[in-house]
Amino acid sequence: MKGMTIIVKKTTQLIAGLVFLYGIYIIVHGHLTPGGGFAGGVVIAGSFILLILAFGSDFLNLVKEESGSTLYENLAILVVLFLAVSGLLFGTRVFFLNWFPKGTVGQLVSAGMLPLYNIFVGIEVAASILTIFLALIIFKEEISE
Amino acid sequence: MELAISVIVGLMILGALYAIHAKDLLSAVIASGIVGYGLVICFLLLKAPDLAIVQIVVETITLIIMVAVVLDSSREESFSKPDTQGYVSAITAVFLIIVLFYFFKISVSVLDVFGESTLRMAGPYIEGATEKTGSANLVTGVVFDFRGYDTLGEATVLVTAVLGVLTILRIKGKK
Repeated sequence: MKGMTIIVKKTTQLIAGLVFLYGIYIIVHGHLTPGGGFAGGVVIAGSFILLILAFGSDFLNLVKEESGSTLYENLAILVVLFLAVSGLLFGTRVFFLNWFPKGTVGQLVSAGMLPLYNIFVGIEVAASILTIFLALIIFKEEISE
Repeated sequence: MELAISVIVGLMILGALYAIHAKDLLSAVIASGIVGYGLVICFLLLKAPDLAIVQIVVETITLIIMVAVVLDSSREESFSKPDTQGYVSAITAVFLIIVLFYFFKISVSVLDVFGESTLRMAGPYIEGATEKTGSANLVTGVVFDFRGYDTLGEATVLVTAVLGVLTILRIKGKK
C-alpha cells in the first residue's frame, strides 16, 4: 500500500496525536461521562489506522507492529480475567466483585475497579481492531511478493 | 421526536435499497454508510450517547476497510438475468413481507410507546446503583459490575474473532 500526498501526511501528523489523546480521555473518564473501554479503544485504533493509511505500509514496520498488537491484546484480556477472578479471593468471594474502596462519586479516582476494567478492555479492543486491520494489509502483500 | 426518527429511518431504508441496486460497488459501500450514520442520530435522539460514540467510530472504521476492499478488487457488480427460480423467490419474499407486516401491526398495538418501555429488572438497577458501584456513569456501572459476565464474553468474542482472522488470512506459516 502506497502513502498519500504531503498535504495528507502533514494533516495526519497534526491530528493523529489528538485523536489518540481523545481515546485515552474517553477510556479514563469512562465511569464519569459517556464512553468507556469499548468506545475509547476503537478511537485509539482509529488513530493508528489513520497513520497507516496516510504514510503507507513501507514507512512503518508493520510485521513487527502486528506481533506487538497481538501480544498486547492477549495480555490485556488475561489481566481482565485476573481482575475478575481476584473477586473470588476477597470479601464475599463472588466472581466480578468490586472489592476496591469506592471513593467519592464523581472523582477521577473512584468507583473501585471499574476504571481498571475500562483501561484494560480499552487496550484489548484497540489492539484487536488494529490487528484485524494489519492482517488485511500484511498478508495481502505477502501474496504479491 | 418520533417524526424525526421516522424521517431518519426512511432515509436509512432508502440508503439500504440504493446500496443493493447500485451498479458501482464503491457508491454501494458509501450508501450503506447512510444506514450506520443514521443509526447514530437515532441513538442520540433516544438519549443513548454511549452507544452513539461506539457506533460512529465503528461505522467509520468499517467503511474505511470496506472501501479498501472495494478498491483492491473490482468496482463493478456482476449482474445475472433473473430466471424462473428468481421470480418464484421474489414472489415468496413479497408474500412473506405482507404476512409479517400484518402480524407486526397486531403485536405493536399491545406494546408500550417506542423508547419508553422499562423492563422489570431495570428498576433495581437504577435505584441506588451509584452508591453500589461508585460510578457516576450508570452504563459503566451496569456493564462492568452488574453485568460483568456479559462484558467478559464480549471481550472474549473479540479475541476469538482476531484469532480467526489471523488463522484464515495467514498464508505463509510463521517461522
